[in-house]
Amino acid sequence: MQPVPAMPKSWRLDNKPHKFCPGCGHGLILKCLGKAIDELEIQSRVVYGCDIGCSLLSWDLFNLDAVQTHHGRTTPVMAGMKRARPELICIAYMGDGGGYSIGVQHLVGAAMRNEKITVIVANNTQYAMTGGQMAPTTLPGQKTETSPYGRDAETTGLPFRGAEMIAAIVPEGAYVARGSISHLTQLTRFLKKALKNQIDGHGFSFVEALSACPTNWRTDAARTWEFVEKDMAEHFKRGEIKIPGKKEAVTDA
Amino acid sequence: MPETTTRMVLAGEGGQGVQAIAEILAEAANEEGRQALYIPNFGVEQRGGVSVAFLQISDHAIGSPKFLKGDIVAALSERAVHRTATYAGPETIFIYDSAMEGVEDDLPKDAARVIPVPAMEVAKEEFHPRVYNMVIMGALVGATAVVTLDQAKAAIEKRLGYKFEKKPQLRDLNFKALERGIEMGRGAEGGIN
Amino acid sequence: MTEAPVIEEKRVFMTGNEVVAWAALAAGADIMYGYPITPQNEVMHYWSRLAPRYGRNFLQTEDELSAGFATTGGVMAGSKAFTATAGSGSVLMQEPMAMAEMMRLPTVTVVQQRGGPSTATVIYSQQEVTLTTMGGNGEGIRVVYSTAGHQDLYDYTIKAFNIAWKYRFPTFVLGDGYQAKMREPLTIYDPERRGIKLLQPDPFVGGEGEPGRDRPPAQYRNTYNLEEELYEKIMSDMREFEENSADIAEYESRHTEDAELVIIAHGIVFRAVREAVDNLRRQSLSVGAFRPVTLRPLPGGQIKELAARVKKILVVESAYGQIARLVKEKVCGAACEIYSMFKPGIGIAAAEVEMRAKEILAKQ
Repeated sequence: MQPVPAMPKSWRLDNKPHKFCPGCGHGLILKCLGKAIDELEIQSRVVYGCDIGCSLLSWDLFNLDAVQTHHGRTTPVMAGMKRARPELICIAYMGDGGGYSIGVQHLVGAAMRNEKITVIVANNTQYAMTGGQMAPTTLPGQKTETSPYGRDAETTGLPFRGAEMIAAIVPEGAYVARGSISHLTQLTRFLKKALKNQIDGHGFSFVEALSACPTNWRTDAARTWEFVEKDMAEHFKRGEIKIPGKKEAVTDA
Repeated sequence: MPETTTRMVLAGEGGQGVQAIAEILAEAANEEGRQALYIPNFGVEQRGGVSVAFLQISDHAIGSPKFLKGDIVAALSERAVHRTATYAGPETIFIYDSAMEGVEDDLPKDAARVIPVPAMEVAKEEFHPRVYNMVIMGALVGATAVVTLDQAKAAIEKRLGYKFEKKPQLRDLNFKALERGIEMGRGAEGGIN
Repeated sequence: MTEAPVIEEKRVFMTGNEVVAWAALAAGADIMYGYPITPQNEVMHYWSRLAPRYGRNFLQTEDELSAGFATTGGVMAGSKAFTATAGSGSVLMQEPMAMAEMMRLPTVTVVQQRGGPSTATVIYSQQEVTLTTMGGNGEGIRVVYSTAGHQDLYDYTIKAFNIAWKYRFPTFVLGDGYQAKMREPLTIYDPERRGIKLLQPDPFVGGEGEPGRDRPPAQYRNTYNLEEELYEKIMSDMREFEENSADIAEYESRHTEDAELVIIAHGIVFRAVREAVDNLRRQSLSVGAFRPVTLRPLPGGQIKELAARVKKILVVESAYGQIARLVKEKVCGAACEIYSMFKPGIGIAAAEVEMRAKEILAKQ
């Protein structure tokens, strides 16, 4: 008999193992999220929304009420839900395609209005479920199915810094941070603070989590970690960018 | 069932108050327990352009908001004369402000009656230019008897009562202008035709 | 819980957009999500003024996608949530409403049709029939009421909330720019005082207790892994839709019993047809009128029955054959002749319908 790995209390056990590819970052991020929910003891109040893309595979991952929506549209579904029932704790979980490309207007709208929801964007630098196309977050020179010769910044731009953009437009009361699957304790702390910000009714909360996709990156374990810890880290700084009540941005906390 | 629907088209420049006239008449008819349907024209632009109001008053359920020919068509500006030409048929009473010059050739040729009304002149000389639309409304009521004087007054009171409270002489001014218009509408004899 | 507005039964004189706001209030709507587009703007204007007085909510979103998806979120939270749109906004609205179809979410959407395609006019049309009945990437698992004036707008907006929550089909009230902007009298009332029971919404999520411990988690999706899985789901929804179609479908007919020619129209155009038919009857011409009130599901049985009985059918609409396509599908196989009067994006007057009907009657 194989030993059962430790799972957050808020995870469903009856349908594990989960459906993500081996080495996928989603499992790690959602484990951190599960821990944050456990520690805050909010399992009976959370509604978990997930997007299209690999994030949709998490629709029944938790022992939480959940809704799986359309590509990019999880933000307005959860914002609409929160407006209708403010006592619920609404989480919108999506990839970088959903958050920063097709759903970016929703992200901007929700952030600007300081919607009291928590948005989590898993950034793996490309569209994974559709087979590894270029995303706004793709690194310069990175090869994807739609940038087979490497992303050319001249014609397709530079990696999109979503967390920094959100931080620039949110009103006071919002919380914005970027964590990584390379630093799980820190990521859990950020997620917990983001949820706490919603619970306290301060405003919008946002966490980007640097993630990994060895399937589409076509990387082995060592190169996968190197890509997350070195290549991605060069463009995406970990840290808290916006904290309610604090004037200065803090990086690499 | 007799034909009891009165169909009106009112057109003018923004600020001449055609929408207000139509709305007040519609409300007056509604208050009498009759059927009324008022629809403003509207294009992409919010301001500018010719303002046209379509109004139907009836003793029966009103059909389509759209109609081909009006029983009364009133044009208060040169552009309005052109814009409303299509709504004037052989049974139409066409009313226009006689202050306009050089529109004679553009007036409908086959209307039942074409009535020039010196509303602008009367408003300016006898009252105040701002009650121009009251004179016009009076002329329409006079020509059609589509609502009673009392109902017209009640509808004006409902709409402008808050202004009259502050300046009671305004009530008198508006009602006098209305009555003067009615007189003109009743007395007017068809010009052409 | 929100405080009920006291709506005295009385005759009022207002625009159609104002009527919709009052009807939503009377129906117990909790929240509206909307984005500006002419000619529905005043639905939001009136609602955003009324809502705070009765403890209701309003959210102006960043676009119609967001308005529609936020409406689904509101519904899942257990609120009577609605939105209103038109034209190209209606096009965007199809994405969230397709999700509502798949997840059986009782959304209410008011559509005030404007000219199309593209930006076209802000004024009027009946060109959003295909979109509103079948707009999603699926089978049109939805209910669409086409209103013909202000009393209808009031009655059917109230009804839309009940039908949506009863059957869990996304429900639409299809008006148009004329109805939106015109003023005419109607009677507003408190539906409960008239014996219309307002259904209470049940939350989809956020129920009592801890999921996984006190109850199973309430989890909803619109993605399916297997063809067979999807097939089962759609077939079950379609069976339910078809089984309830006869109960949901509504129509109005006038002088059709002995008519040689029956004129079919929906929405505001039916008023021109009704007027024309009354005029033609006075001239002893054997003409009748038929109006589908629900465009989805269509009163198919009645249309089939008409087609089997009458010699000629004339379809009149402010679009180029959108309702005609739906009617023809039901008529298919009948021996009657079908004529059309298509006037896309422009209002239709009774006199025009009368002329066309006479032309058709004169044909041998």
